Amino acid sequence: MKYFGLIWSNMWRKRIRTTLTILSVFVAFLLFGMLSAFELAFDGSNASIENAERLISVHKVSLINFLPIAYVERVRNLPGVANATHSTWFGAYYQESRNTFGQFPVDAESYLALYPEFTLPPEQEKAWLNNRTGAVVGRAIADQFGFKVGDRVPLTSTLWTNMDGNKSWEFDIEGVFEDSSGNGNSVYMLFHYDYFDEARAFAKGEIGWIIEKGDGSRPNTELAADIDLMFANSSAETKTTDEAAFAEEYAKQFGNIALIVTAILGAVFFTILLVNGNTMAQSVRERIPELAVLKTLGFGPGTILGMVLLEGVLLAFIGGVAGIVAAKWLLVMASKAMASTLPGGLTLNAQTIAWAVAFMFLVGMASGLLPAVQAMRLSIVQALARR
Amino acid sequence: MKWLRQVAALTILNIRTLPQRLGSSTVAVVGIGAVVAVFAGVLSMANGFERTVAGTGSDDIAIVLRDGSNTELTSGLSLEHTRLIAGAPGVRRDANDEPIVSAELFVIVELQKKTTASAANAALRGIQANGQALRKRMEIVEGRMFEPGKYEIIVGRGAQHQFVGLELGNSIRFGQTEWTVVGVFADGGSVFESELWCDVRVLQPAYRRGSTFQTVRAQLVDPASLATFEEALESDPRLEVDVFGEREYYAEQAEPVTNFIRFVGYPLAFLMAIGAIFAAINTMYSSVSARSREIATLRALGFGPSPIALATLLEAAVLGVLGGILGGAVAYLGMNARTASTLDMQSFSQVAFNFAVTGELLIDGLLAALAVGLLGGLFPAVRAARVPVAVALRGF
Repeated sequence: MKYFGLIWSNMWRKRIRTTLTILSVFVAFLLFGMLSAFELAFDGSNASIENAERLISVHKVSLINFLPIAYVERVRNLPGVANATHSTWFGAYYQESRNTFGQFPVDAESYLALYPEFTLPPEQEKAWLNNRTGAVVGRAIADQFGFKVGDRVPLTSTLWTNMDGNKSWEFDIEGVFEDSSGNGNSVYMLFHYDYFDEARAFAKGEIGWIIEKGDGSRPNTELAADIDLMFANSSAETKTTDEAAFAEEYAKQFGNIALIVTAILGAVFFTILLVNGNTMAQSVRERIPELAVLKTLGFGPGTILGMVLLEGVLLAFIGGVAGIVAAKWLLVMASKAMASTLPGGLTLNAQTIAWAVAFMFLVGMASGLLPAVQAMRLSIVQALARR
Repeated sequence: MKWLRQVAALTILNIRTLPQRLGSSTVAVVGIGAVVAVFAGVLSMANGFERTVAGTGSDDIAIVLRDGSNTELTSGLSLEHTRLIAGAPGVRRDANDEPIVSAELFVIVELQKKTTASAANAALRGIQANGQALRKRMEIVEGRMFEPGKYEIIVGRGAQHQFVGLELGNSIRFGQTEWTVVGVFADGGSVFESELWCDVRVLQPAYRRGSTFQTVRAQLVDPASLATFEEALESDPRLEVDVFGEREYYAEQAEPVTNFIRFVGYPLAFLMAIGAIFAAINTMYSSVSARSREIATLRALGFGPSPIALATLLEAAVLGVLGGILGGAVAYLGMNARTASTLDMQSFSQVAFNFAVTGELLIDGLLAALAVGLLGGLFPAVRAARVPVAVALRGF
């Protein structure tokens, strides 16, 4: 560390070159941060690790097939199940079809009991429970469309016709909920199943999927198998998985996003390695006489090696840290802009940051290695004689 | 003229001496190449998806959906409605004076996707006897057509390629019913190739749909009849439907996914391009500083500052174009015609498509590479023109 000053001034002997190199490292890590967040948003593991104990049962044939409402009670009464609730895809938009977001008719009490992370002020919760046509919206949706408590909001469903024969449904906004789990799931609207079931023109008594939670007495895998067994050979067989696996499977349907991201980042880092390595090589080449002088003064080969390596690492860290910080900042803005398309939001998790730091170190080391070895092996006499 | 000759001489000199600066020149070329490869690679997905989805459908076929449903999946029509639709003016009739229409069901089944080995949605479509005639490019490439009234399915080439268990002769179970794969069909690379088809009359009971359908496809007399047909249906008080030309319908279906890929792809390529500009500037600066003595010598010999600047700029442009060619070649050889599939939210099912690295994309990539090279060469070119002759000749 005592040579830090020397390394620092060596690094800046060509200001423009170093600045440009740092800037390209900056861009590389900015991309790394943003693409990793993007991948995370799609791989579904972001969804809810802490809620892994929640299970979700869907129709075995596909998610779009309905289950009879009676199933909910049967699941709830199964030994080992603490509580069960249900939800259905409503598929409506506000004003224009591009304003599509998720709305779900639910059984309010059991739903809120199973999703404690959706926090709602008690008076709003009470008002919602007491209003048949009431609905609560997530913070992100309220902000995006300017919904306020007390508003009467008309939504157009692309799927559900009501008894009047039209697809316009009206809701009273009674509350705005937050998602305290930090997964950015405040992008939905929840309303009463009773209102929905009474008003819809078809498929009465049918629901989309069941969400249940064990009481801890039996492992989830056993519960899931039992639930599916209960409905086996009925006209609506189920498939039960834990919520995280469900989200992951769904996310996988979009394709191998991870592979695409890895390929792009591979190209980016390969390039950065070349850029950085080239800078280091040039910088060492120019410094050969100086390095020879250092060696003459008694600097050991190990010290020289360390100094050059450290210079490469330092270069990578300055650019890399700045890139990650910038990515974090940009992601906050992007999450807001894409709140309804990417409900999970775009975030950097600890793992991404750890990888980023590891890559900074690796890029720094790898780019400095050849020049450093070259510098270490330098023969003083030859190097000094070169000019 | 003399000025031009100077520029030409200097540019040739710069380019011929490129091998001497192999390291840093390679860095610039590879950096720019990576940008172009990623740009072309990512956007080839958007192009390929668009080509598949928007390339589906024909101008003289109309699709009728329930009013307000923007996709087949969310639509629903009763038997009576389908009869009214078939009887409307503008529909072509066959030799027996029967309208050429197909009332269809479009449902989702879950199959294993080969690439991810996890469950994914597949589209299962029930068609009527005319369904095949309504897809003019459709042909059975293996096996045979399903027999009406039987639990038999034919699978699209794309579907067979991406899902597990769709080999000819296999039987698959969806819910309570067991189906046999009896044929494989092609449809000119359209979306239909990602689907499974069966007789709508067996699909209705299997999915408890009674006598209802989701869409009606109608063969129009000619593309111009669409207006007549649409007007007739919309003025009929017994019907509440939306009418689309089939081609127009699929063009709209393609938009969300292609827009999303472009929305991600362009900023990504832009950011990478900025990174590559930094690398190019670096390369060109070192090219200039490594040759400052030669440049000073040239100046002393009477070469003007502007030819020297321009030659430097051209050298950067050459590096850019080389990078563009490299990146385009990598994208083309590595990605073009590769098959992938994604979940199309409109139909909520997997759509298989081929990456399409089109000529247009390659030209765009090359232009971008040229721009990156020129931008990277700009400041170093100015520096080259300003090399102080006396100082540079003395050494450092």
